[in-house]
Amino acid sequence: MKQENKSLYSHKVSNISKTWSLLIIMGGMILGVGYIMSVYLESPFIMIIAGFGSIFTSVGTYWFSDSIALKTSGAKIIERSNNRKLYDIVDNVAIAAGLPTPKIGIIEDSAFNAFATGRNQSKGVVVFTTGLLKALNKEEIIGVAAHEMSHIANRDVLIGTIAVVFASTISMSARIIHFGGSGNNRRGGVITLIIGIVLMFVAPFVATILQMSISRKREFLADATGAYLTGNPEGLASALEKISRSGKPLDRATEATAHLFISNPFGSKKIRKMFSTHPPIEERIARLRGIDKYGDI
Amino acid sequence: MFGIFAMIMIFSIAVVLGGIVIYNGLVKLRTNVEEGWSGIDVQLKRRYDLIPNLVETVKGYATHENETLSQVVEARAKATSINIDVSNVTPEQMVAFSQAQSGLSGALGKLLAVSENYPDLKANENFLQLQDELTNTESAIQSARRYYNGTVRDYNIKVETVPSNIIAGLFNFAKREFFEIADTEKSAPKVSF
Repeated sequence: MKQENKSLYSHKVSNISKTWSLLIIMGGMILGVGYIMSVYLESPFIMIIAGFGSIFTSVGTYWFSDSIALKTSGAKIIERSNNRKLYDIVDNVAIAAGLPTPKIGIIEDSAFNAFATGRNQSKGVVVFTTGLLKALNKEEIIGVAAHEMSHIANRDVLIGTIAVVFASTISMSARIIHFGGSGNNRRGGVITLIIGIVLMFVAPFVATILQMSISRKREFLADATGAYLTGNPEGLASALEKISRSGKPLDRATEATAHLFISNPFGSKKIRKMFSTHPPIEERIARLRGIDKYGDI
Repeated sequence: MFGIFAMIMIFSIAVVLGGIVIYNGLVKLRTNVEEGWSGIDVQLKRRYDLIPNLVETVKGYATHENETLSQVVEARAKATSINIDVSNVTPEQMVAFSQAQSGLSGALGKLLAVSENYPDLKANENFLQLQDELTNTESAIQSARRYYNGTVRDYNIKVETVPSNIIAGLFNFAKREFFEIADTEKSAPKVSF
């Protein structure tokens, strides 16, 4: 138990430092592109704009990452009066974690999935799909809620959410350059070409950072913490079993948001590159069943 | 000569700084314990407040359950009579306190179990709401207890391990007691029909 705690602690610390590095790298990239453009166009003004732009993006990402993640996943925040039972469950798990009750979001989708977001521990949001809520019993929903609460408690949420914005930004700018690349004037064409080349170099680098920042270990840790919070690992284990058996893909899942979810949202059939962000569900179930009743590991 | 003096200076500054960091860490952990305890306290009070209403409601329907009802009233009175100061509590006091709370959980579990025999009571909107709130409060007590015990564990480890135990000894950071309480869902008697 003590050892587990220690690794949890270092996990939290490394999450915090990774969050900062992601934000700094993102700001640095914008600055870098701005620098290339300003050198090429011989206009220092662009560099100043890029400077402000990078600050705005980094701060904005920190500030709005959770609402962006909710938007991209199509989640709607519900009030306590809409689903009192669910709020009671989440209340309870939050008490066990010693954190304020997070908001609850719902995705209208028959797939079985859930995720957590929020920029800090007191601004957490836990999201469930309607399919999951319908198919799981109370114990299982408690297990899933505890898993998501653990992501909030272990500070996985901010890093994961920022990674969403990061990945979306890269893929969006790549798309813009792809379509806007057939520039009108020659100078503009060359600029987009340069940015395109830069992105080509940066993209694999970014992918590596994302892989690193959202380690697979965090799912095991959240499972273990969740089991500790509820004192009932079986609830989460049987929830995961149902989730893995369903294998229904989530409609609005993208590569950028995939790592947020409790299980791979593309369904069990398709194995994508991002699949590697999720450890095999069978292994997670086996580990949960190896934990004794009171969450001691 | 000067070199030795400088070394002593640097060493003592390092010791003082280290001591400050450890002291602050202990204060933080102790605050977590206090918060954890007040979390339990809130839920226990909520439970006390629910009981009179519940007893009144059940009384109207379950006329043959006077014994069960008075057990609940007694258990509540016993639990409220034991007041502990968690920052300065002996293990014996803590055991007495948690036994009283477990007794109340058990009596309530029994009351809810016998209520199943009264269809009219089970159709009562007020009763259903009270029952619901009570079940939620019971599980909230368990959750708050888990959190509290977690904070006590972290704090006690710091109080007892080197080097933080030196600072803890100097500034009277005493070990705290765990709070154990029987889980009602497990201890509630099963009623067969």
